[in-house]
Amino acid sequence: MIEIKDIFKSFAENDVLKGISGTFKEGVTNLIIGGSGSGKTTLLKCMVGLHQPDAGSVLYDGRDFTAMDYGQRIEVRKEIGMLFQGSALFDSMTVEENVMFPLNMFTEQTRSEKLERVNFCLERVNLVGKNKLFPAELSGGMKKRVGIARAIAMNPKYLFCDEPNSGLDPKTSIVIDELIKEITEEYGTTTIVVTHDMNSVMGIGDYILFLHGGKKFWEGSNKEIAHTDIEELNDFVFASRFMKAAKDKF
Amino acid sequence: MNFTNFGRYILLLKSVFRKPEKLKIYLKEIAKQMDYIGVGSLGLIAIISTFIGAVMTLQIAFQLVSDFIPKTIIGSVNRDSSILELSPTISAIVLAGKIGSAISSEIGSMRVTEQIDALEIMGINAPGYLILPKIIAGITMVPMLVICSMFLSIAGGYIGGSVSGAVTPNEYLQGITTDFNPYTIVVALVKAFVFGFIITSVPAYEGFYVRGGALEVSKASTRAVVISCISILVCDYLVTQLLL
Repeated sequence: MIEIKDIFKSFAENDVLKGISGTFKEGVTNLIIGGSGSGKTTLLKCMVGLHQPDAGSVLYDGRDFTAMDYGQRIEVRKEIGMLFQGSALFDSMTVEENVMFPLNMFTEQTRSEKLERVNFCLERVNLVGKNKLFPAELSGGMKKRVGIARAIAMNPKYLFCDEPNSGLDPKTSIVIDELIKEITEEYGTTTIVVTHDMNSVMGIGDYILFLHGGKKFWEGSNKEIAHTDIEELNDFVFASRFMKAAKDKF
Repeated sequence: MNFTNFGRYILLLKSVFRKPEKLKIYLKEIAKQMDYIGVGSLGLIAIISTFIGAVMTLQIAFQLVSDFIPKTIIGSVNRDSSILELSPTISAIVLAGKIGSAISSEIGSMRVTEQIDALEIMGINAPGYLILPKIIAGITMVPMLVICSMFLSIAGGYIGGSVSGAVTPNEYLQGITTDFNPYTIVVALVKAFVFGFIITSVPAYEGFYVRGGALEVSKASTRAVVISCISILVCDYLVTQLLL
């Protein structure tokens, strides 16, 4: 479980996060949603330590990450897997080397044991036989799947996904969403997905935290999101013509 | 602004020299970088050094118009100039262009494509993993390249002098073996060590803090080469002042 308490973050004069709190449980898919510039990626980066919040705390199963020193943070980070918006695969390494990289760094396993784990992870994301390809030879969806395989290679307790559907067609987006949900439920990870994709919201949003202008405006599940009277949330949820038409029809 | 950059550079170096997560992986990276920086630059350094040595011989011969000065002095001047100044400094400036821009653009590209963030999220000390092997390769391989450059520059002088007839082989050989002071080699190697550090750490700093996209990466690469070259020349003066 990850708890965030009163997170504040600003860049120069720009206040991006204004006191955000929330609790993200394990075994369910937690979504942080909001329009562009609402602060969702900044919040995610504060949670994983890529940004230092100006105030507030991030608790990983009760351990205050923001108060930790460098060595303690490294230990927590070994329990974190992250899928980046642009996949962030190491472009000079093959798919196999990318997935094996954290195993090489942090385990004393033999090469065959590591290879077995790599093949398991690639099989889990339906990429069997793609071991020797370089990231430049993969499609956007395949890169995301390799990113997921690398993120789960060390059996993480916490999985973060930053815009996992950006740049993907709707069909591939659903595949990635389902994969994230399956992994979350199968391994009981605390998964946090930052997205503005309404298909993801409706499909996998067990717990949703809606940000607007750097503040938390709403929290709930995908079953409740369409039935609120919060104007900012409704503007976001029903922004697309499709969602608007669906709302008018039902 | 420059003080801010210098401060960030020092802080980055502090992170670079943290204890490695896994020594075996770092050693493998160091070997890879040594191959790239050392073996990969040997051909270029060989060509440049040989020609500079040859040109130096011709120019010294051109300027020595007095019959009272023995021609053996051509070899002596060429030897000392090559060892003390030309081999370390010209090699370093050429390497700053070749290796510095490559390091800066490699690390800069990794920054803008979030690969550095990915390393940090995994719990890896990104400055250490990316920069330390390059610095170690730089401070070991640049002195070796400079030693090669010294030999080739002196040999180039021999070839240039012999082919043009500016100096006879015997006079040249007598010149390079007369009054040799081994301390000049020490000075040259200290310079090479310092230059090796600059050539790798300055471009790594420029690449590591790139913000933006491809255009910013190329700007950082250019800036890295310019700052490295200026730093090399300033340090050249300081080391010479201190040691001679």
